[in-house]
Amino acid sequence: MTVALFLIQRISAAVLAIAVVVHLATIIYAVRGGLTAGEILARTEGNAAYVAFYMLFVLAVAVHAPIGLRNVLREWLGWKGRACDGALAAFAIVLFALGGRAVAALYLS
Amino acid sequence: MMQRPRTQPGFIAALLHRLSGIALAIFVPFHFLALATALNGADALDSFLSLTNDPLVKLTETGLVAALALHIALGLRVLAIEFLGVRERTGAAVLACIGVAFTFGLSFLLNAG
Repeated sequence: MTVALFLIQRISAAVLAIAVVVHLATIIYAVRGGLTAGEILARTEGNAAYVAFYMLFVLAVAVHAPIGLRNVLREWLGWKGRACDGALAAFAIVLFALGGRAVAALYLS
Repeated sequence: MMQRPRTQPGFIAALLHRLSGIALAIFVPFHFLALATALNGADALDSFLSLTNDPLVKLTETGLVAALALHIALGLRVLAIEFLGVRERTGAAVLACIGVAFTFGLSFLLNAG
């Protein structure tokens, strides 16, 4: 792993360390009595703090997961080079786009 | 990291970190797609959420919550070693991480049940 990727991986990990704890606590609180769209949207709809928090979360996931997978693909499957890096960059873009869409869906609905 | 003898706790930690990470990387895009059903209204999201009443789905969700907790606990261990110079008893640290995963998984299952 290059120094730049190593640093991005660790910085995103530090962001995720906080975001995931908040997310896990929210999940465990939210599932009490079953999940409903009404309950979820009541927390997220029109909530700017929710958008800021989850967009940062999505960005951290979008860079962290592909870099982690890159290590796995290189070491376990021997797949490396431009094709591998290109596929993982595409995965990062897809994750960011899908995550942003999900955040927007819960904010705007 | 993955070159250590396979019986060492450090190898087990790295293996669990990777396997939980792979599971999460596969799950996350589907999670985003599911949440985006809200674009079609609250009823569409409710319709999707009704799937979570299935015991098998609930069990899968429990596994994913445990995998997320395990991945973050093992990740915090890596950050503590690399950036804070923490010297750990690896076996005990890995067991603690598994304990964290079990606790979150069980908390989810009991609350969702």
